[in-house]
Amino acid sequence: MVSETTATSAGYDAAEEFLGRQSGLQRLQTILHGYPWLSPASVLVVATLIFAFVAPNFATLGNFGTITQQTAVIGTLAIGQTLIILTAGIDLSCGAIMVFTSMVIAKTAMESDLNLPGGLALLLGLVVGGLAGFANGLLITRLNLPPFIVTLGTLGIFTSLTLLYATGRTVRNRELAPELKWLGKGLDLGGFTITTGVLVMLGLYAVFAYVLRYTAWGSHVYAVGDDPDAARLAGIQVNKVLLSVYTVAGFIFAIAAWVLIGRVNAASPNSGIDANLDSITAVVIGGTSLFGGRGRVVGTLIGALIVSVVESGLSIAGLDQAYKRLAIGMLIIIAVAADQWIRRARA
Amino acid sequence: MSTQTEMSSELSKLTPVLEGIGLVKTYGRVVALDGADFALYPGEVLAVIGDNGAGKSSMIKALSGAEVPDRGTVKLDGQEVTFTRPGDAKAAGIETVYQTLAVSPALDIATNMFLGREERKAGVLGSVFRMLDGSGMRRKAKEQMSSLGIGTLQNMGQSVETLSGGQRQAVSVARAAAFGHKVIILDEPTAALGVRESAQVLQLIKNLRDKGMPVILISHNMPQVFEVADRIHVQRLGKRGAVITPQTVTITDVVAIMTGALQVPVEEQTLGPVRVPAKTAGPIKTGLEEAAG
Ligand SMILES: Nc1ncnc2c1ncn2[C@@H]1O[C@H](COP(=O)(O)OP(=O)(O)O)[C@@H](O)[C@H]1O
Ligand SMILES: [Mg+2]
Repeated sequence: MVSETTATSAGYDAAEEFLGRQSGLQRLQTILHGYPWLSPASVLVVATLIFAFVAPNFATLGNFGTITQQTAVIGTLAIGQTLIILTAGIDLSCGAIMVFTSMVIAKTAMESDLNLPGGLALLLGLVVGGLAGFANGLLITRLNLPPFIVTLGTLGIFTSLTLLYATGRTVRNRELAPELKWLGKGLDLGGFTITTGVLVMLGLYAVFAYVLRYTAWGSHVYAVGDDPDAARLAGIQVNKVLLSVYTVAGFIFAIAAWVLIGRVNAASPNSGIDANLDSITAVVIGGTSLFGGRGRVVGTLIGALIVSVVESGLSIAGLDQAYKRLAIGMLIIIAVAADQWIRRARA
Repeated sequence: MSTQTEMSSELSKLTPVLEGIGLVKTYGRVVALDGADFALYPGEVLAVIGDNGAGKSSMIKALSGAEVPDRGTVKLDGQEVTFTRPGDAKAAGIETVYQTLAVSPALDIATNMFLGREERKAGVLGSVFRMLDGSGMRRKAKEQMSSLGIGTLQNMGQSVETLSGGQRQAVSVARAAAFGHKVIILDEPTAALGVRESAQVLQLIKNLRDKGMPVILISHNMPQVFEVADRIHVQRLGKRGAVITPQTVTITDVVAIMTGALQVPVEEQTLGPVRVPAKTAGPIKTGLEEAAG
């Protein structure tokens, strides 16, 4: 609080400089602390370069297009997961909410069912997804239960609701209302095919990157995840923020359901089995801290891309997909270890 | 002589700004507050002292909405109020520096200072796109820091976890001073500070008092308390043990009262106001008050 005298300040600088010289590792720690997406970005670049080298057909525009399409579903889902993990929560039910919502959208729009217009079915899906997220949030804030337990429970509930509602039946391509297939539409950009689903995903990333960085709600999300007690004492209504986060995430899961229908050209109760954990994988590899309050949504996009790149690269190189599990598993552990290390950084 | 009587008649008319009556707070089997009374008068500096665990922090938490007391009443300007969350007390103009500081480590200094009362950009960007006025808030935070003589904090975009304990305390104190317009509560604000920094907080308290702002100071630093306090509330075993003035009691006696070695007669437990509030009472200009309203 007091300006240092020249003597002590100079001494301080000298010490600081000495420490700085002593360890370049510390400097790296500080940089990664400020830019948490830097390490996943380097992993993405390195992985892409390696596969481009070992698998000649990997680095083609066509394949890059395929990789983005393969990222769309998990990439979208993981935006909601990022919001939740930023509050130091977790959602094990997001994939189940997505699949349930996709069944609601597809079935209610079927001629033999409610025969809703496609747009209305999508709107209904948004409401269902939002309500599902709201229910998670309500259980977490009102009953004061850990998110892990609540969403483990709702994972079971939404999974069984899906099976009961779908009666084991897939809604096939020709039964789908045309609006529901919009997000599967490809746009050819000179060999690089992007789908509208990918564009929707990228749009959502842009929106939430903005919201988290430039709005009060964004600051509150970080504050609540960082130190809920401090946030409360600073005048933030922690439970309100949490409830809004789980609800918004539910809406995002519903949009992911629409992307999913477009991607697989069907709505199946058995799709997206791995989506729950895959979304967490993308967030964690993307450098967002499981302890909350730290991370960027762009990191999650990079994390989701890494998974797709590894998947595609291994298959083009003719290697067993078992290696994908191995590689991603190792990346998760490295990412969490790195997060622990980076969190100890002090500038 | 006549000024003396004028003064005492003026003092006798004063209503406490903030009052707690029969406050009870238990945590499981621990009784933190056991029917504590408390009164802060306009324009005064009231020190609250007491042993560790005497219930000082619990009391100011009950007065600032951080905890809801199990029993008892809180009055603001003589009117009964119920603060169910810190935001309620803040809305009433009561700002608190909690012992735990209540800053978010991962957020930067300016974001911390404006947390919960962010300012948005003017025009469509602010109203439709809800865009925060980051540069404006950083500028105001900087101005607030300089007006308090806090020179070591230059970059308001620096995250709080990179700051020393003393600097974090400075951020917390600056936030309270910026937004408090009724009462400012400081729970051990100099615990992590060096001698010169502590002196600066002490000066800040005097400045606030000279502008008519009532201040509650919890501190273990007796020389500090004796230098700045108008009255001293001694908290003991979850209750008000005594209220004294630095003029009538020595530091040694105070310590004896704190530990229970010296009993205080019941009639001396409720000393009334001793300071005539500064005439300039009213909104304090800090450069941030637009944000508070
Ligand atoms: N959140 C809490 N949970 C349990 N016990 C608490 C809590 N806060 C305070 N206490 C207990 O209440 C008593 C009073 O604490 P406190 O008000 O912090 O005292 P002081 O600030 O005077 O040191 C202590 O015994 C303390 O352990
Ligand atoms: Mg205390």
